Amino acid sequence: MAEEVILLDTWPSPFGMRVRVALREKGVVFDLREEDLSNKSPLLLKMNPVHKKIPVLIHNGKPVSESLIIVQYIDATWVRQSPLLPSDPYEHARARFWADYVDKKMYSGGRMVWLSTGEAQEVAKKEFIECLKVLEGELGDRAYFGGGRFGYVDVSLIPFYSYFYALEASANFSVAEECPKLVAWAKRCMQRESVAKSLPDQYKLYDHMLERKKIQEQ
Amino acid sequence: MDGVKLHAFWASPFSARVIWALKIKGIPFEHIEEDLPNKSALLLQYNPVHKKIPVLVHGPRPVCESMVIVEYLEETWPQHPLLPTDPHKRAVARFWVKFIEDKSPNVWMVYRTVGEEQEKARRDSSEMLSILEEHGPNKGKKFFGGDSINIVDIAFGGVALWMGAMEEVSGCKMFDAAKLPRLNAWIANFKSSPVIAENLPDRGKLCDHLARLREKRLSSSTSK
Repeated sequence: MAEEVILLDTWPSPFGMRVRVALREKGVVFDLREEDLSNKSPLLLKMNPVHKKIPVLIHNGKPVSESLIIVQYIDATWVRQSPLLPSDPYEHARARFWADYVDKKMYSGGRMVWLSTGEAQEVAKKEFIECLKVLEGELGDRAYFGGGRFGYVDVSLIPFYSYFYALEASANFSVAEECPKLVAWAKRCMQRESVAKSLPDQYKLYDHMLERKKIQEQ
Repeated sequence: MDGVKLHAFWASPFSARVIWALKIKGIPFEHIEEDLPNKSALLLQYNPVHKKIPVLVHGPRPVCESMVIVEYLEETWPQHPLLPTDPHKRAVARFWVKFIEDKSPNVWMVYRTVGEEQEKARRDSSEMLSILEEHGPNKGKKFFGGDSINIVDIAFGGVALWMGAMEEVSGCKMFDAAKLPRLNAWIANFKSSPVIAENLPDRGKLCDHLARLREKRLSSSTSK
């Protein structure tokens, strides 16, 4: 059967980036469709009626939503190349736990740093750095969160690296100074073609976020 | 095979989910009741990140977060499956588990707060229920898993079966049975399933416990 894989996405979305990375790790040919979130396509509304959000993967007409669920689906469907989840159930559970931690902390934590000012921003910054340190602790001296191999937790976290420059500029800190091992990990991931192709340039993202902030403040 | 221990708390819906999964799969385990204000050193050692129950310890290895534990049980003990085998159907089941996990904190917020904050949480909880009623994967079926309980039932059970006690204790109604006929029928089916019925805290005892906790929480927040 001819495989049809469509990804409904927006370029700045860290959740979309996760799916792009996973698809490229697996060598899956896909049709990347950029959504305009102020004017959502009928296809998006039909394929994700509950949340009406990207990313949505549509595989042979069937939709899968929620970035980490999509990554698990990709791993289970295209099995021959680059396994992302460990086969050992305990390591699998550990990977789920840490991806869940990333989901609970990174987006909302980063958003607080970006949107707040003054005292509130200092508090947000401290909390965000604390989370990065917890993750750095978990990474330890390994090349990837998956051990020797780039895997599920790496995919879940690496998109947030593209936001570091914007957060550093906004709150006046340096992730490299606070968490050098984590930044080394990120640069290692960026050497993978799947990641380099899927993450936007940090400066382009920063400009985009500034534009959006201006619009929202009007 | 290595032994299984579960660090749990009788009043916790998160512990209950794991107990239901263990019982449905017929996995023998040792129940270790934690005295929650006084967390054991062992619990803190097993879950240093969140310091919470439930924690499943299989042999020497701890697994944390209720739905992560349920997925671990599913992979390690495949009998009485809680997930379908088809990858797309699994993705749909996981979507609903995530939906429930993302939205259910509003239910706890109704119980924990008063005034405007509570009203917002009540509205958000009702919205979660309406979406499940309209879109949930249990159309015309006894459970979200079809004829038998699956991972979505377990996830939602931990919310739905505590909602009544939280409504009673907070005086704030979230579940309108007239507007939610399918979910109402689901609750009756789920509660009457033997494994579930035998593994629920006593309603009166639960309400007393929740009422005491709520009073403590509200009086400590106003005295700040």
